[in-house]
Amino acid sequence: MISTNQFLAKSDHNSFIGMNEPIILKKLVTNQSIRIENLDVYIENQHILKDMNLTIPEKSITCIIGPSGCGKSTFLKTLNRMHDESPEVKISGKVFVDDENIYGPHVNVIDTRKKMGLLAQRPCPLPMSIFENVAYGPRIHGIKKRKAVNQTVIQYLQYVGLWDEVRDRVRTSATRLSIGQQQRLCLARGLAIEPEYILGDEATSALDPLSTKKIEELFVKLKEKYTIILVTHTLRQAKRIADHIIFMYLGKIIEAGPTEEFFNNPKKQLTRDYLSGSFS
Amino acid sequence: MKQLEEKIFKIIMICSAMIILGVLVYIIATVFYRGLPALTLDMITKLPGGGFYLGKEGGVLNAIVGSIYIIIGSLAISMFISVPLVMYINFYLPAKSVFSSLIRFSLDILFGIPSIVYGAFGFALMIFLGVRASLLGGILTVAMLIMPIMMRSFDEITRLLSRELPDALLSLGATKYEMVKVILRQLMPGLVTAILLAIGRGIGDAATVLFTAGYTDNIPNSLNQPAATLPLSIFFQLGSPVEEVQNRAYASAIILTVIILILSFSARYFSSKFSKNKI
Repeated sequence: MISTNQFLAKSDHNSFIGMNEPIILKKLVTNQSIRIENLDVYIENQHILKDMNLTIPEKSITCIIGPSGCGKSTFLKTLNRMHDESPEVKISGKVFVDDENIYGPHVNVIDTRKKMGLLAQRPCPLPMSIFENVAYGPRIHGIKKRKAVNQTVIQYLQYVGLWDEVRDRVRTSATRLSIGQQQRLCLARGLAIEPEYILGDEATSALDPLSTKKIEELFVKLKEKYTIILVTHTLRQAKRIADHIIFMYLGKIIEAGPTEEFFNNPKKQLTRDYLSGSFS
Repeated sequence: MKQLEEKIFKIIMICSAMIILGVLVYIIATVFYRGLPALTLDMITKLPGGGFYLGKEGGVLNAIVGSIYIIIGSLAISMFISVPLVMYINFYLPAKSVFSSLIRFSLDILFGIPSIVYGAFGFALMIFLGVRASLLGGILTVAMLIMPIMMRSFDEITRLLSRELPDALLSLGATKYEMVKVILRQLMPGLVTAILLAIGRGIGDAATVLFTAGYTDNIPNSLNQPAATLPLSIFFQLGSPVEEVQNRAYASAIILTVIILILSFSARYFSSKFSKNKI
């Protein structure tokens, strides 16, 4: 309770809540944020996420940490409605993205997913050329003019720092890139659909340290324009790049707060145990 | 004791490999030994001459063309049905759907049905519809025969695809149909394998075409005319008491093998060419 108020004081717009305090939550609504109310997720009658209430601040990096099986990835999937593909998943509660409940009755799934750029654990290039990989998103969303597509592709390949490495082979298959390059390509592909949010599901866990560093630098650069939500296994990564931390355990949010405060002054015993490595 | 076990098992394994190789070599050797001398240019460029199918003159061009017509027609039909079905049970139905296991189960049963039953079924159907033995009847019956194997093998390959690609596409905001189009490109080698298996089963089968496509010395001009096929021409030639005609059966077998080879290679070639192209 005290902790909640403490970091609320930071600013009205960059606010952040991890506790069951819906009354305070209502004051904090901004246009461009993700707000979660009473979210419960069941997978085949197992209660995976338990009554989550949370507002994710815009234009910053929020890292979700916690031991394996605590529901981090499940939570991330609720944000872009990827659970729609699995009928055994039951979701109740509300997820407001830009003030619209994405689980409401008249929501177009495609529009919701288009707002969320997802970076998966392992890069998965589409079976086509480097160029086509980035051009794919804009094309299916209606950009047909050659010039516009070319421009978009080059712009985002440059943005992720891949253009100089691949400029003379953009028409060759994307699977020939190194795994780190592939992950940056996937990031460019995600950015090319012009999302507002970037979701990362342990996006660097399959990469070597150098590639990890490049991706992390990109995230830091991206937070000026995008709201970034990352699931990560490495506490050090969270410490390095996150502005806010959410600590989850067994489907519940245990503690949440600004990074510095979270690491230096954790409020809950469970958090302290996790940070000291007593369990993982 | 353990070493003895090891040795015995090794001998069994080597023997099995030898038996398979030996059978293959024996078949090929026999076919070529008896067929090669009879394999003249006339065989592949001329229609049969000198009486009905017992003749020594002319060639088996009627059967070559008929077989190719039938296999291409039935491949087209079964692909047209297999691809949507496999996409449906893999990507539209939920993973543990009862309906998809029902479909897979029925495909397994269909796969096990002997080809003569398909032939009889096709024949019964044609009598019911009042159609006589024709190219169309052959195409439809062979399509029924090869559909289960094409679907089942394509399905097996599709199931091996990891969830990552569909998830990546959906999270980009692709619709299911857009997703399937990209996935099909990824699955192209698998589809080609399925087609090759289907060709292998369909082109060499005599029982399905016996009643449904009939046999003729001419090349069919329309779907309503009967069509000759290589397996049947081999069958009829082997049934002849004249040794020269029998040898022509082996020559026909060589032709059949070569056709399968050509179809296989061209399928692989086109698939690699297709997958390089962009959407």
